[in-house]
Amino acid sequence: MKLSHALIEKNVLLLAVLSLITVSIGGLVQIVPLFTVETTIERVEGVRPYSPLELAGRNIYVREGCYTCHSQMIRTFRDEVERYGHYSLAAESMFDHPFQWGSKRTGPDLARVGGKYSHDWHVQHLKDPRALVPESIMPGYAFLSDKPLRFDDMAEHLKANRAVGVPYTDEQIAQAVTDVRTQADPNADGADLLRRYPKAVVADFDGNPAEVTEMDALVAYLQMLGTLVDFTDINPDDLKQ
Amino acid sequence: MSVAITGGAPYAAAGPVAREEYNEAVVKAFMLAAMFWGIAAFAVGVLIASQLAFPALNFDLEWTTFGRLRPLHTSAAIFAFGGNALIGSSFYVVQRTCRAPAWGGPELSWFVFFGYQLFIVLAGTGYLLGITQGKEYAEPEWYVDLWLTLVWVVYLLIFGGTLMKRREPHIYVANWFYLAFIITVALLHIVNNLAVPVSFVGLKSYTAWAGVQDAMIQWWYGHNAVGFFLTAGFLGMMYYFIPKAAGRPVYSYRLSIIHFWALIFLYIWAGPHHLHYTALPDWTQTLGMVFSVMLWMPSWGGMINGIMTLSGAWDKLRTDASLRFSVTAVGFYGMSTFEGPVMSVKAVNGLSHYTDWTIGHVHSGALGWVAFVSFGMIYYLVPALWKKKAMWSKALVEWHFWVSTMGIVLYITSMWVSGIMQGLMWRAYDELGFLQYSFVETVAAMHPYYVIRAFGGLLFLIGALLMTYNVFRTVRSGEAAAPEGVPAFAPAE
Repeated sequence: MKLSHALIEKNVLLLAVLSLITVSIGGLVQIVPLFTVETTIERVEGVRPYSPLELAGRNIYVREGCYTCHSQMIRTFRDEVERYGHYSLAAESMFDHPFQWGSKRTGPDLARVGGKYSHDWHVQHLKDPRALVPESIMPGYAFLSDKPLRFDDMAEHLKANRAVGVPYTDEQIAQAVTDVRTQADPNADGADLLRRYPKAVVADFDGNPAEVTEMDALVAYLQMLGTLVDFTDINPDDLKQ
Repeated sequence: MSVAITGGAPYAAAGPVAREEYNEAVVKAFMLAAMFWGIAAFAVGVLIASQLAFPALNFDLEWTTFGRLRPLHTSAAIFAFGGNALIGSSFYVVQRTCRAPAWGGPELSWFVFFGYQLFIVLAGTGYLLGITQGKEYAEPEWYVDLWLTLVWVVYLLIFGGTLMKRREPHIYVANWFYLAFIITVALLHIVNNLAVPVSFVGLKSYTAWAGVQDAMIQWWYGHNAVGFFLTAGFLGMMYYFIPKAAGRPVYSYRLSIIHFWALIFLYIWAGPHHLHYTALPDWTQTLGMVFSVMLWMPSWGGMINGIMTLSGAWDKLRTDASLRFSVTAVGFYGMSTFEGPVMSVKAVNGLSHYTDWTIGHVHSGALGWVAFVSFGMIYYLVPALWKKKAMWSKALVEWHFWVSTMGIVLYITSMWVSGIMQGLMWRAYDELGFLQYSFVETVAAMHPYYVIRAFGGLLFLIGALLMTYNVFRTVRSGEAAAPEGVPAFAPAE
C-alpha cells in the first residue's frame, strides 16, 4: 500500500482540504441546480412582492416565532389538500426572505389561511385564542393591539429586499410609507395601492382607526397568505416542476 | 500502517513532557460554562414543554411566549451546552494528543471562550426581545452571525495551529472529527446566514436566499448542524474519552478511517429529507432520502467502534457510572441513527413529518447521545482537571444516570405515541369519506403525552442538577489526586 492513509493523517492541511472537498460535494449537487434549472419554480400568474403592510406583518410573524408551531407548506396529500387547500407551489414563496415553510404543526398549516376567517376573528383569536377555540394551546398576543407599528423605515426594508432579489420598483419604494397607511384605512383611495399590489386586502383590520398597530400588520399578512394564485384557471400540467 | 492509533500510543502521550504548558484553565472554564448553559437549556425546555401542556404558562407576555422561548431552548441546548462541551473538550484533546499547548497562547484561547459566551448572550437575549432571522437553529441576526464567524475562525486557527506543532507523527482520530466539525460548521454557518441588513445600525436583515432555495440551504445547514455539530464533534469526544475511561485502545483503526470519510461525505446530502412532499423538486427529495438511508452504515460503523472499544473491559460498565454514560450515549446514537434513516423514507416521512415524532427523534439524539456523551466526558474531565482522585460521590453519578435515563425513556416514548397518533388522526377519513378529525381535536388528544413529556424533561433536568452539585463538591472538597508526575489515569497498555 503506497498510497496510505498515514499520508493524510500526518498532514494537517491535506486532512483539512480533503475534508472540505468531501463535505462540499453533496451541497453543490443539491443546491446549485435549484438556481439554474428553470422548472424549479413554476410559472404561474399572480405571485407578487408583499405590500409594505404585509411585509411588516410578515416580520412580526417571524419575530414571534410563529414558524415554530405553524407550517406554510401544504404537501401533496389528499387529506392535506382537503384540509388546507391546493398543495403549495414553489412559486408562492419565491419572494420569501426567509422562507417560512416550517417543520412542525403544533397548530394548523397557514399557507392558505388568507380569507378563511374574518379580520375580527383573527384579532379576537390572536388576543385570546381560547376564547374562540377552547382546546387551543396557542399563546395570547393581545400586546400586538397595543403596539403601534413602526413603519417610518419601510422604504429601507423594501430596498433591502430588492438587494436580495425581490423586484420592488422605484415607485413601490417611494410610496412604501404611504402604502402602509392606505392599506390600513378603508376610507383612503386604494386604487394606486391595488395597482402596485393586486389583491391586497384594504381594511382597518383591528377596528382601531386611530393608529396602525402591529395587529393590523399581522392580520393583513395572514389575510393574503395563499390568495395570490388563482387555481381555478390552472391546468395541473402547468405546475410540473 | 496500523501502528498509529491501535497501539494506544497517542493517548499514552500525556506524560510529563509538556504537561505544565497545557492550557487547562480554559478547559475548566468551558466545562463550567457547559454545565451552566446545560441547566439553562434543560430548564427552558421543561418550561416550553409545560407550555404545550398548560398554555397559561405562556403568561401572554411578549417575552415569554413559546415562539420566542423555543429558539432559546434549542440554541442553548445545541450551541451553548453542546458548543461549550465541544470546544472545551477539543482544546483538552488536541493538546494531549499532540503533546503541545494550545496554539496562540492563553490569550487567544480565552478570546474564544469569552467571545463564544458573548455570542450566546447576544443571541439568547435577542430571541427574548424578538430579534431573529426566523430560520431554525440559525436564528441569530446578522451582527451576531458576524461575531460568531470571527470567534470561529480564531477557534479554527487555534485547533489547526496546535495540530501543526504536534510532537506526534500522526493526528489522532478524535482530531479528524473535531477538525471536520470546525470546518464544516464554518461553511454551513456562512452560506446559510448570508443576509442584507436593512441598516448597518439596525438589527433586522433579510436573508439572501428565498423560498425553495432558502428551504434547501436552510436544511442543508440544519441537518448538518446535526451531522457535524451534534455528531462529528461528539464522535471526536467519543474517540478520546471512551478509550481513556475504559483503558482500552479504539476497537478498529480501519473502521475509524472508513467511518470518518463515509460519514462526512454522506451526511451533507441528507438535508432534503426535511422537505419531503413539499415544493422542493422531487429529484432533490429522492437524493436526500437515498443518502439518508446510506448514512445508516457509517453511523453504525461509529457505534460499533465506540461500543466494541470496551472489549475486555465490559465489567467497568457495572462499576463505573461515568463510563456507562458514554457507552449508553453510543447506544442511543445507534438507535437514533437507525430511526433517522427510517424517518427519511418518504412513505414514513409522510406520516411523521410535522408531528412530535420528529421532536422525539431529535431528543433521543440530543439527550441520549449528545448530553450523555458530554456527561461522561465531564465526569472524566472534572477530576482530571482539578487534580482529584475521583468524583465526590459515585452514588450521585449513579442517581444522575438512572434519573436521566428514565427521563429520556418517558420523553421519547410519549413523543412516539403522540406523533404517530397525530399523524394518523390528520389523515383519518370517516365512512362517508370526510376527514374524521378537525385539527383542534388532534391538539386536544396530545395533552396527556405533553404532560408525560414535560415530566420526562423535568427528570432530565434534575439529573443535571445532581451532576452540578457533585461537580461543585468535587472541586471544593474532593480528595486530591496523587502528585504531579504520576498520572492519575494511567492508560492501560
